[in-house]
Amino acid sequence: MELKDKLLSSFMAFEEAFDVDTDIHQLRSDAIKEFETLGFPSKKDEAWKYTSLNSVLKHDYSVFPNKEDAIDYKDIKKYLIHDIDSYKLIFIDGIYSSHLSQTTHDKIDVCLMSSALSKSKYKPIIENYFNKIVPKNSGLNALNTAFSKEGAFIHIHDNKSADMPIQIINFSTGNESALLVQPRNLIVVGENSQVQIIERHQSLTDHPVFTNSVTEVFVEKRAIVDYYKIQNDRHSASLIDNTFVEQKEESYCFMHTFSFGGKLTRNNLNFYQKGERSESTLKGITIIEDKQHVDHNTLVHHTSPNCESHQDYKGIFAENSTGVFNGRVLVDKEAQKINAFQSNNNILLDDKATINSKPQLEIFADDVKCSHGCTIGQLDEESLFYMRSRGIPLKEARALLMYAFANNVMESVKIPEIKKRITHQIALKLGVNLGFDL
Amino acid sequence: MLKIKNLQANIEDKEILKGINLEINPGEVHAIMGPNGSGKSTLSSVIAGKEEYTMTGGEILFEGEDLSELDPEERAHKGIFLSFQYPVEIPGVSVTNFMKASINAHRKAQGLADMPAKDLLKMIRDKSELLEIDRKFLSRSLNQGFSGGEKKRNEIFQMAMLNPKLAILDETDSGLDIDALKVVANGVNKLRSADNSVLLITHYQRLLDYIVPDFVHVMVDGKIVKSGTKELAYELEERGYDWVKPEKTV
Repeated sequence: MELKDKLLSSFMAFEEAFDVDTDIHQLRSDAIKEFETLGFPSKKDEAWKYTSLNSVLKHDYSVFPNKEDAIDYKDIKKYLIHDIDSYKLIFIDGIYSSHLSQTTHDKIDVCLMSSALSKSKYKPIIENYFNKIVPKNSGLNALNTAFSKEGAFIHIHDNKSADMPIQIINFSTGNESALLVQPRNLIVVGENSQVQIIERHQSLTDHPVFTNSVTEVFVEKRAIVDYYKIQNDRHSASLIDNTFVEQKEESYCFMHTFSFGGKLTRNNLNFYQKGERSESTLKGITIIEDKQHVDHNTLVHHTSPNCESHQDYKGIFAENSTGVFNGRVLVDKEAQKINAFQSNNNILLDDKATINSKPQLEIFADDVKCSHGCTIGQLDEESLFYMRSRGIPLKEARALLMYAFANNVMESVKIPEIKKRITHQIALKLGVNLGFDL
Repeated sequence: MLKIKNLQANIEDKEILKGINLEINPGEVHAIMGPNGSGKSTLSSVIAGKEEYTMTGGEILFEGEDLSELDPEERAHKGIFLSFQYPVEIPGVSVTNFMKASINAHRKAQGLADMPAKDLLKMIRDKSELLEIDRKFLSRSLNQGFSGGEKKRNEIFQMAMLNPKLAILDETDSGLDIDALKVVANGVNKLRSADNSVLLITHYQRLLDYIVPDFVHVMVDGKIVKSGTKELAYELEERGYDWVKPEKTV
């Protein structure tokens, strides 16, 4: 059976097994119909021209995994930022693991989507925010909504800052062979509030895993969100990350995406600025090899005046790996005096590595500053000679240059442990030990 | 220390060096002067092992060993240092981290363990004082946003850190005001010893007032056409290069 048919026929059983509010029930039923119409995207869709899901969709994924209890903290410690205090929401095969997690309700609700969807206490938030900024034109979003059940629910009340970062980690074991997981996260950050979030998807076995995740983030007036996505999965795991961020007046959102692993990774990252003087920062480092594929598909939609957006994506591609950067900036007629910058720089290390970079600016306002730039190149020979003339061997010199290339993305990372971890990861990827952190 | 015999080198099939002979003994300072395009910088790049150039004839011996098959980093490990005419900017790598990578690469080549961080920092402090380099400089990205003078001073700072047997200073004086020139020259002079040699590549005689050479060579059109003592530099300053040029074909 095709995956699509299997999912459609699984839906009834899924709905019956899980008791929720009638509104959510309606939402899901509508979504599955939407998915039935839209299906999975194909290369015929303009936005998927360079990313084919064929190799991902061919597996016979299990949709209802059994509960996995056998995971200990020691098995997963290395995938966490474990040397800092943090709240943790840990899911194993899509199911919440209470013994590995650490949550709170002290004016910041760090808890589960399943409770939020079923408890009356959370009803106002769910009614106001759930599925409100997910566009209706994507089969993948519809599929996630139809099966939305579990994930992170984070609500930071007004005038409250989360006292420590929140880690959302989705582990998959794929114990029953191939596995499809669809986390659904909702993050609402109230006025004048702040939060730091670290999100990761990690497979623990070599069974094929397909994650189709949807995250909605609402950044209210003057709120600050600092968000890190760490993508360093096994080569058997694929991820489609659909993230939607809505920002109100004078809010800030920083989003860093580190893509080092996985078989196929697609980041659909969408920012909607709906308030004056808001600022969005989207940064990414991609370092891949073998036949890995990473696609960054970003949208920044400026609807209000006096706002800013900065996009800076760096990619290093080795062997047969492929990268895609499709960055769209949309400036409405009303969004005067905005600054929108976008840059995408790439280094291809081998002849067979590929990058498709496509910046798109659609500007309907007449008094704005927008710029975009894209470079594709090799490492600079003169720089390499300079370093070698100082005794640094070619391999290390190349690594040092690649570090340097990626480094200005690292500069805006505000959690030192993440910086350290990512720097170490880059060194590991490049096969060198430089003996210092940048 | 360095013995160059009938060296010929090309870049993209264009002949630049047309038979250079040069011998530098331990403790000596040699200066090579010459007009633009005479091949001075090419000579320094070829000694340091830049791969764009092809050696088409002759040989370069360093302490008796043929350099032609060695990578630039191997030449550096043997004690050859090239101070660049245009030092490369490397955003994202601080001066300190770059020195750490460089020093430890040299040590590794000699079979030594990494230099303890404490010793390295002390050495960096001492040598940066010698070159009157502000401490803040050391945490900045290598050469990025440095003025011309700061870049050159940074080159000599690196030379002081690595203490090479042979230092080749390619147009180190260009872009320096007189105060910076004195600091740089002072740094070089303090590093001179009976074992260390210096090859100065320069366009002007000015630098030679501060770093006094034992020998001066004039290079024109890929060849050394005249050699002498430091007095030759003064003569060149006064009379230009025309009088040393080989007879022009009519």
